Amino acid sequence: MTAQSPSTPKPAAKVTKTNRLGLELKVYKGADSTLCNGCGHDAITNAIIKSFFEYGVQPHRVAKLSGIGCSSKTTAYFLGRSHGFNAVHGRMSAIATGSNLANRTLLNIGVSGDGDTASIGLGNFLHMVRRNAQIVYVIENNGCYGLTKGQFSATADKGAVQKGGDVNQMTAIDCCALAIELGCGFVARSFSGDAKQLGALLKAAIAHPGTALLDVVSPCVTFNNHEGSTKSYPYSKEHEDPLHEIGFVPFFEPIDVDYPAGTTKFLELQDGSKITLQKLEHDYDPTDRTRALDLLHKANRDRHFLTGLLYYDPSAPPMAEQLNLMDEPLATLPASKLRPAPEALAKVMERFR
Amino acid sequence: MSVTSDHAGRQAAARAQSIVNDVVITVATSNGTGSQSANLILMRAIFDMGVPVGAKNMFPSNIQGLPTWFTVRANEDGWMARKRDADVFVAMNDESIAEDVAGLQPGATLVVTKALAGHVKRDDLVVHVVPFDDLVSQVCKDARLRKMVVNIMYVGVLAHLLDIEMSAVKGAIHRQFSRKATAAATNTEAAVVAYEWAKANLTPSGARVLRRSNKTQGKIIIEGNEATALGLVFGGITVLAWYPITPSSSVCESCIDYLDELRRDPESGKPTYAVVQAEDELASIGIVVGAGWAGARAATSTAGPGISLMSEFAGLSYFAEIPAVIVDVQRVGPSTGLPTRVSQGDVWKAYHLSHGDCKHPVLLPGNPQECFEFAAESLNLAERLQTLVFVLTDLDLGMNSWMSDPFQPITKPIDRGKVLSAEDLERVGQFARYRDVDGDGIPYRTLPGTDHPLAPYFTRGTGHSEAATYSEKPKDWKNNLDRLVRKFDTARKLMPRPVIETAPGASIGVIAYGSSDMAVKEARAMLAARGVPVDYLRLRALPIDTEVRDFVRDHRVTYLVEQNRDAQAASILRLEMPERATAVRSVLHYSGLPIDAQSIVDGITEQEAMS
Repeated sequence: MTAQSPSTPKPAAKVTKTNRLGLELKVYKGADSTLCNGCGHDAITNAIIKSFFEYGVQPHRVAKLSGIGCSSKTTAYFLGRSHGFNAVHGRMSAIATGSNLANRTLLNIGVSGDGDTASIGLGNFLHMVRRNAQIVYVIENNGCYGLTKGQFSATADKGAVQKGGDVNQMTAIDCCALAIELGCGFVARSFSGDAKQLGALLKAAIAHPGTALLDVVSPCVTFNNHEGSTKSYPYSKEHEDPLHEIGFVPFFEPIDVDYPAGTTKFLELQDGSKITLQKLEHDYDPTDRTRALDLLHKANRDRHFLTGLLYYDPSAPPMAEQLNLMDEPLATLPASKLRPAPEALAKVMERFR
Repeated sequence: MSVTSDHAGRQAAARAQSIVNDVVITVATSNGTGSQSANLILMRAIFDMGVPVGAKNMFPSNIQGLPTWFTVRANEDGWMARKRDADVFVAMNDESIAEDVAGLQPGATLVVTKALAGHVKRDDLVVHVVPFDDLVSQVCKDARLRKMVVNIMYVGVLAHLLDIEMSAVKGAIHRQFSRKATAAATNTEAAVVAYEWAKANLTPSGARVLRRSNKTQGKIIIEGNEATALGLVFGGITVLAWYPITPSSSVCESCIDYLDELRRDPESGKPTYAVVQAEDELASIGIVVGAGWAGARAATSTAGPGISLMSEFAGLSYFAEIPAVIVDVQRVGPSTGLPTRVSQGDVWKAYHLSHGDCKHPVLLPGNPQECFEFAAESLNLAERLQTLVFVLTDLDLGMNSWMSDPFQPITKPIDRGKVLSAEDLERVGQFARYRDVDGDGIPYRTLPGTDHPLAPYFTRGTGHSEAATYSEKPKDWKNNLDRLVRKFDTARKLMPRPVIETAPGASIGVIAYGSSDMAVKEARAMLAARGVPVDYLRLRALPIDTEVRDFVRDHRVTYLVEQNRDAQAASILRLEMPERATAVRSVLHYSGLPIDAQSIVDGITEQEAMS
């Protein structure tokens, strides 16, 4: 737990192993994974379990959503005490929009893959981003279609080699760059092998009221972990270049670590939690949209695997606010609020006489 | 030409033998010229004279410049279906003039703008040439407005030719332009100028005239799409997601207007609904299914191309048992071509949309009143049955003007179906999402956000056990499919019952649905006049129940009238009762135009003669 954030070392919590709600970690677990041994997705599942536990999210408030693919199976492997919906291929973003409209008090977490999001569901994904529906949107990005045995996906890098030897000749779709372009206020890239960074990003995403995108490179050990792959474990480990060291200080804990002056940025989240960004080699400001896009364009050109919080802008109103939704869920409004009075109908009828 | 006493005398003599309150007027213009306002004013003026009236707009898929026809049928007996031939034709469009004139029946009255008079070479028509361009120049100084204002002038001319009261015309103009005083004044002046000119220069044939009556008292005129929208608003819709498409866009546009007006929370002043214009139909149905899963009363509206795209989600709604409503305003075919023409060609598709063994309840409103009632009820049925429900209307019903009784308030309470709250779960102590507890095939569900350890379950399309766990066991899946059949049989009992009208001595029956109703009723009257009594069952929903079976069983032969080529509803009936398959015959109409009574009479008469 202490590995997650420099601000959460609570020896007492370690003993009782409960979070601020008094719930144990096991409450946040799900069914056993049926994915291949060593799959990057399982590491992300574990990070989700840990993050939701540490943040202290009420399991019943969570809606777990997914599309189709190996990644989309994983919603069954965490948060067993939350409702889950494994929908159709590429359409999780539409489901999330609907869920968010029906009950804005839910916390949507969606897990999707690169095929699901960047190919079949790209249009719906981008429009959900434009609407700024609330969702922690995790792309488990392995550059291939695992469940149908390894075909290239749209995020495969140009020049990447498939297991059978084919070389991808098309430009990769960068979901992060697209999301930033379309106004997404929380865009991050991470690596399933970097649990510390991923955990901090997930907790920050939970606190973000709109769409929070986490594009997590998650190697497919069966079909895309060979020499020539740019989404393999060895390649990713070797090339990962974190923009900063990320920490997360939840609103319910004080900042009790001394951060080196001048090298740490604090970003305030809506619920009072804070993201801490400690400077590494880069001097990166994730609140500068133009810079973020420029950085991604260069990174893509130079085959640079940058990770971290790429862009953060809390000012974009989430969909629920844009639509002026009521505080209480539309789903459970009493019948008296759903049907106008008979006199209203009579009045409307008069206009047609 | 001036009015002489001789002229007036001839006129009076002719009118003594006039056909009163039975006339079909067709106006040919090009679209985008503002003729729709003039046409609605014409219709409204006749309605305000107390004469029942129906209107059909035959318009192109275009914004400006292509031929468009508007037909007003005024009929004392209330027959409002399309009639094939116009009694009075107004020709204003140079593109369609040759075809328009050639298509008229001998003896028809033709009002033609002077510029096009040279195209009229027939001597078997009553032709009135009107210098519309000169007349409009007199009243409209702004040359840019003339092509719009000229339209009201044919209304003035028709008022003279058919004895439409000018006070009714003026009233209708003010109603049409209630928020545009200048437009109202200009149009009134133009109508009067045209009327006075016609009075001074044209001698009506007097073959058909309109006289004040009392048959529209208490009635309304409304388009089906607006009625559907009101049904959703009063039915308690909470999430509307849509993608614009002809001819269904006006369902959602009206719905948005009425929601804004009528559905605000009195305490917070906030909307008690949410509307999203989605990026495509894949998303609009996805949003509906996501919202339905999370507990909203969610609907979308679309047309044929839209339901094609919605197909996969339709199956998910069926197998995962998630409430959803699709309003499908049917039109002709895919892509471009006839998107503005009517068809009932989505019956099969709606009934079985998606892959696997899918069957969906389909509501078939036959008039605006039912568009209202069924749209409201669709939300109840979707939640009660936890499945996708279709409201299947069509372009004729949806976009044309229909006379109707005012809608009565819905008295049936809003039904949220079998939803277990945390308190319910505490009381019953167990929950299995897909278990048939009540024997009606409908399981119980919980909504996300329910604070109870028993509440959560995992939703997936196929491969689930009773307890909603992942399962590929043959027994689990077969049990599930069999339960879904039980649920569908429960649906049979919950759907609106058919409406049956009998005639003494009838041995043949007619079944029809949707916008064919008015033409079928008129056809029955025509057949009865020929000594052929016909019983009539109006189908108002699928799946069918016992009434339909009994009706087919009890008639020597049943003609199923529908507006598609492949006898879609008839095929469904034949599958439901193979033993009577040969006793179900079809009368089909699929030209893109609304069905007319004569086609039905001919279709039945020809087949009866052969048997």
